[in-house]
Amino acid sequence: MSSKPLKQIHLAAHFPGVNNTTVWSDPAAGSHIDFDSFIHFARTAERAKFDFLFLAEGLRLREQGGEIYDLDVVGRPDTFTVLAALAAVTDRLGLTGTINSTFNEPYEVARQFATLDHLSEGRAAWNVVTSWDAFTGENFRRGGFLPREDRYSRAQEFLATATELFDSWDGSEIAADAGSGTFLRDARAGAFAHRGRHFDIEGRFNVPRSPQGRPVIFQAGDSEEGREFAAAGADAIFGRYGTLDAGREFYADVKGRLARHGRTHDQLKILPAATFVLGDTDAEAREIAHEVRRLQVSGQTAIKFLEHVWNRDLSAYDPDGPLPEIDPLVGENTIALGRASVRQFRDPLATARQWRELARAKNLSIRELVISATADQTFVGSAATIAESIDTLVQADAADGFILVPHITPGGLDGFADSVVPLLQERGVFRTEYEGTTLRDHLGLAVPTPASASASAPAPAPVS
Amino acid sequence: MSAPSSSPAPLHLAVALDGAGRHPAAWREPGARPDELFTARYWAGFAAEAEAGLLDFITFEDGLALQSSSPTGSDERTDRVRGRLDAVLTAARVAPLTRRIGLVPTVTATHTEPFHISKAIATLDHVSRGRAGLRIQVSELAHEARHFGRRTAPFADGELHAEAADHVEVVRRLWDSWEDDAEIRDVATGRFVDREKLHHIDFEGRHFSVRGPSITPRPPQGQPVVTASGAGEASYALIARSTEVGYVAAHDGDGPRAAVAAIRRAREATGLAADPLHLFGELTVFLDADAPAAAARLERLDALAGDPYVGDGAVFTGSAGQLADLLLERRAAGLSGFLLRPGVIAHDLPAITRTLVPELQRRGTFRRAYEADTLRGLLGLERPTNRYARPAA
Repeated sequence: MSSKPLKQIHLAAHFPGVNNTTVWSDPAAGSHIDFDSFIHFARTAERAKFDFLFLAEGLRLREQGGEIYDLDVVGRPDTFTVLAALAAVTDRLGLTGTINSTFNEPYEVARQFATLDHLSEGRAAWNVVTSWDAFTGENFRRGGFLPREDRYSRAQEFLATATELFDSWDGSEIAADAGSGTFLRDARAGAFAHRGRHFDIEGRFNVPRSPQGRPVIFQAGDSEEGREFAAAGADAIFGRYGTLDAGREFYADVKGRLARHGRTHDQLKILPAATFVLGDTDAEAREIAHEVRRLQVSGQTAIKFLEHVWNRDLSAYDPDGPLPEIDPLVGENTIALGRASVRQFRDPLATARQWRELARAKNLSIRELVISATADQTFVGSAATIAESIDTLVQADAADGFILVPHITPGGLDGFADSVVPLLQERGVFRTEYEGTTLRDHLGLAVPTPASASASAPAPAPVS
Repeated sequence: MSAPSSSPAPLHLAVALDGAGRHPAAWREPGARPDELFTARYWAGFAAEAEAGLLDFITFEDGLALQSSSPTGSDERTDRVRGRLDAVLTAARVAPLTRRIGLVPTVTATHTEPFHISKAIATLDHVSRGRAGLRIQVSELAHEARHFGRRTAPFADGELHAEAADHVEVVRRLWDSWEDDAEIRDVATGRFVDREKLHHIDFEGRHFSVRGPSITPRPPQGQPVVTASGAGEASYALIARSTEVGYVAAHDGDGPRAAVAAIRRAREATGLAADPLHLFGELTVFLDADAPAAAARLERLDALAGDPYVGDGAVFTGSAGQLADLLLERRAAGLSGFLLRPGVIAHDLPAITRTLVPELQRRGTFRRAYEADTLRGLLGLERPTNRYARPAA
């Protein structure tokens, strides 16, 4: 039909975290803390030749209504430590971790990522996220402040500073020549000085240049500033749009911004998060998917979820009854704390209106509404159906691939690896062997040279 | 003078890993592999060697500045090892490749967040199944502070050690902020955790306040093992208040005895006297078949370095038999073990595991097999109860 060559799909696996994705009540659900779970998950992803494994981060336990949230998986291990340990039990799988740029310092984070890249022989990636809330800040020295409007400015300058540190070694400094006694060829290795609005630091970076030069940079934001931030300097986007229309729109928008930053179309990979439910037949998968959603959204969970939007105590409402007639409280959400979902509903009044209409039109209870209005599974069907859907979305430029989040820990990826991956391989759209050894190899990204740092690093934050 | 040799208490032995070894010319020795310093293979190999020697633990030295012979900044020397990987990540990287040995990375309290350190060491304990510790240190270096830009040296007397003690206090409270059985997965009530078993720690100190609880569930050991080096009153106070293992220089003469007495006095004052506290002698070792061979090797290393070696602690040169004599003699100062710093890791670590350890075993004062699978177990430390847990009704 077209002479356009088939795009190669990128696949990654997200170890399920602290939200209602994981059906922890399933007897097949294991520990989300024991290292054995991470080993199983990572080895499955590597067996399936996935590009990378993805870990999110948590810096404070979520609270709701003044109490620690207890209905979903709670707690997680430290991102860096797990990734470093996983480097010992995998050979090729990329190791991507979310690390916050608000409650960290560039010298330390750059050191940790450069170290991870050395210890994994070039498999490290950093998903740069920002937060600004005082709630999280209560666990840190810098405390609870970052004006919301400053979060991208700090994130940009954080990333620019870290890039300067990564680039402070060009990779040729270490001679390690025992005969002549020359360890360093360059006495100034690692020298840096950064003077900016958020960071004013100078000295010597103490990790030599790592195999990938710099870790692969991911970005997850969806706002205007987030898209621009990603277009300016990210290697990949951890996206939200796993459907054809929304995916194509986002893809076209973000890729369209690249040229302005002197970058080409394939220098930024767009990889939405995606859930999936596999069955022997499409009908069976739909049935399982329905049941999974019921398990993910209990009556209590539905009420708690509604409280994120309403910003009120709704515990008196019946989850099997109609939506509240009262309006959401507008302003800072004081009911649900530490929930990313709170930030997704920027206009709670509009969301409430929309949901009431939907509930009325389809005669949905609170629980049914929450089930239908939130996080439906991206891919549901037999292996053939899912392989077809993924391939279609990628070939149609709705994505470059997907970051899969199974609903069972740690075995939820097994079926996908065994049944969907071979079909994608048969279609010629997914690798049967790793061609390279580093994550940049897997993603088709060039190793940056320090000389190009000023060109490809994000511009310093504007001082406004 | 020495105790009867029939049943001497077993010694504890740890080894400090840093670069190619303690001697500045160590990287030029045969077998030193200086071009592999930044690879996992390099560290994994030494961890395996230390574990084969049944050592209690290895420490991973670290710092947040480029190594320098000058206290004021980079010395711009090109003839010494420069550059270092993050110690916590390096320990995590070797954890799955080892089974019994303790893993004790160095952490600089002055420039790190206790919340991050707590979850990192808790996770190291999870991935190693109970073998994690940490070595807490402070940094007075002005040039290191400039890497962070948050504070300026010089620091007031004792300020950094007091802050480090607060740091450890926060880290420990966070380890306890989850009770062991907080995760209940109660399908009947739909609750994953029992929130009554998760605790805010509400620490308020001079340099930071931390609300908690931790994001990471309580580690397998409950409290991983906290260690620190001591040289001077401020560091003795930190050891006394905050650690399970303190290191003091194992010089000859009365130095170690005085240090041990000062730390024990400080321990009394903290009210923790009933809690076990190991004090280890710290010693750089050049270990060879006999004393002349060791002295000749040190001389050769000194010639390569261009300067005679002046360690900032005690230094030993000689044979395994002589080192065993010295350790057994100096422990009379009140030391229960030793942290050995190999002059040249590639040479002196295998010498420790293959000659010193068998010598101590022959004398009935070192284990012949690992007797426990946690670091606390190896050190004879109980798993502590959780400070926040209510006694069972």
